Amino acid sequence: MKNFGFKAIEPRTIDYSQFDDRLLAYLVREEPSFGICLSCGGCTATCSAGNLVDFNIRRLSLHIRSGEIENLAKEIDKCMLCGKCTLVCPRNINLRQVVMLIKKGIVALKENPEIKEL
Amino acid sequence: MAAKSVIVIGGGIAGMEVSNQLSSLGYEVRLIEKNDQVGGKLLNWDRLFPTFRNAGEVLQRLQQKMDQREVIVDTNAEVTDVVKEKETFFVTVNHSVKYHADALVVATGFELFNAQRKEEYGYGIYDNVITSADLEKLFKSGGKLTNPMGKVPQRIAIVHCVGSRDSKVGNHYCSKVCCVTGVKQAIELQEQIPGVVVYCFYMDLRMYGEGFEELYRRAQEQHNIQFIRGRVSEVSETLDHSIQLKAEDTLAGRPLKMCVDLLVLMVGMEPGKGSVSVKNMLKLGTMDSGFLEPADVHLSRNVSSSKGIFMAGTAISPMSVNDTLENARSAAFEVHHYFQDID
Repeated sequence: MKNFGFKAIEPRTIDYSQFDDRLLAYLVREEPSFGICLSCGGCTATCSAGNLVDFNIRRLSLHIRSGEIENLAKEIDKCMLCGKCTLVCPRNINLRQVVMLIKKGIVALKENPEIKEL
Repeated sequence: MAAKSVIVIGGGIAGMEVSNQLSSLGYEVRLIEKNDQVGGKLLNWDRLFPTFRNAGEVLQRLQQKMDQREVIVDTNAEVTDVVKEKETFFVTVNHSVKYHADALVVATGFELFNAQRKEEYGYGIYDNVITSADLEKLFKSGGKLTNPMGKVPQRIAIVHCVGSRDSKVGNHYCSKVCCVTGVKQAIELQEQIPGVVVYCFYMDLRMYGEGFEELYRRAQEQHNIQFIRGRVSEVSETLDHSIQLKAEDTLAGRPLKMCVDLLVLMVGMEPGKGSVSVKNMLKLGTMDSGFLEPADVHLSRNVSSSKGIFMAGTAISPMSVNDTLENARSAAFEVHHYFQDID
């Protein structure tokens, strides 16, 4: 077939009907408070890391909720585990615990990429 | 047969309105108020959303009706004991005077959230942090608007949801009125201080009532009020006593800091102190929020769990002035139905 130099573009839309929700299911099961975020941004406002480098814990959580977990391992390593996010959260989400679980989940997925459930 | 009698506990606007309505239905009404005058929290309020109507005018009208209808008012009076014998309530006031009534209406209202409990916002620590109630008193005094340091503020931040929707202080519920109060006060500040810039920090703006959305739009269109979607996480004082705040601009996805000359905290509503003591005396149920529990949240919101005891206004839940007055009217009808034996 003649190559005209065209290629199909990956759509930008978040596909809520099918995304990798293994990490999300794991987080909500292990730390149910993860599911009740208001997206108020208090965590990001007070974040020790986020005030210095490009790290946004609220947006990261949001991305997990829509299955976007490609760059997660690199991102989550920026967290300094100071726990201030947990102190300010109006929904009392144990975010520090969530970060620890994300780290564990990433390792588990890396070790066994085909695993059905974490 | 003598007219049935009702004792209304609490002389805020709910108590005043329910007394007026019951009185015009022909019942003998006694209103018991612990302070030296009726009017409750509205006495300290300047103007009402969304119309900027003078709060005093509403109070005056309610008072006029009370005078016309000859509602008996006891001020400096606090209910100290209630005993029910058969269908009659015996109410002791100030540990001495005893009255009897065929029904009770609890209209014990709310308390404003004590902003000092959110220590990270610096109320009571930094001079330039005030509450919505403090600002309302400033408006009411009619004096020149200066911050507590005597300076005319040029940049003001309003923080929404202080003491509401906040697990950290144990208040999960929404206080309903602070969103629109913030918008109203932002407009008033902008009208009274030439050149001032007002920022509102919000999580959601709940413009549920008649004219609220229009007021919000007017704030943006005509008053250049800046709305930033993000919850303020903490504030600190700078060397020149201005207030530096931190939040995330969640729509931009970046943390922000800002220095302001004045920080206004939109304090929410909590169950009234009177409700707490009355609920213990009358053995009334409360909801998770601590407000009094209705017999049926849809069909009998003014009826308590105890026969012959009714509830009106913000003792039940946070409410605006309008909602409180309407609620008080419906409470009067519930009492009327009770006396008429109408189910």
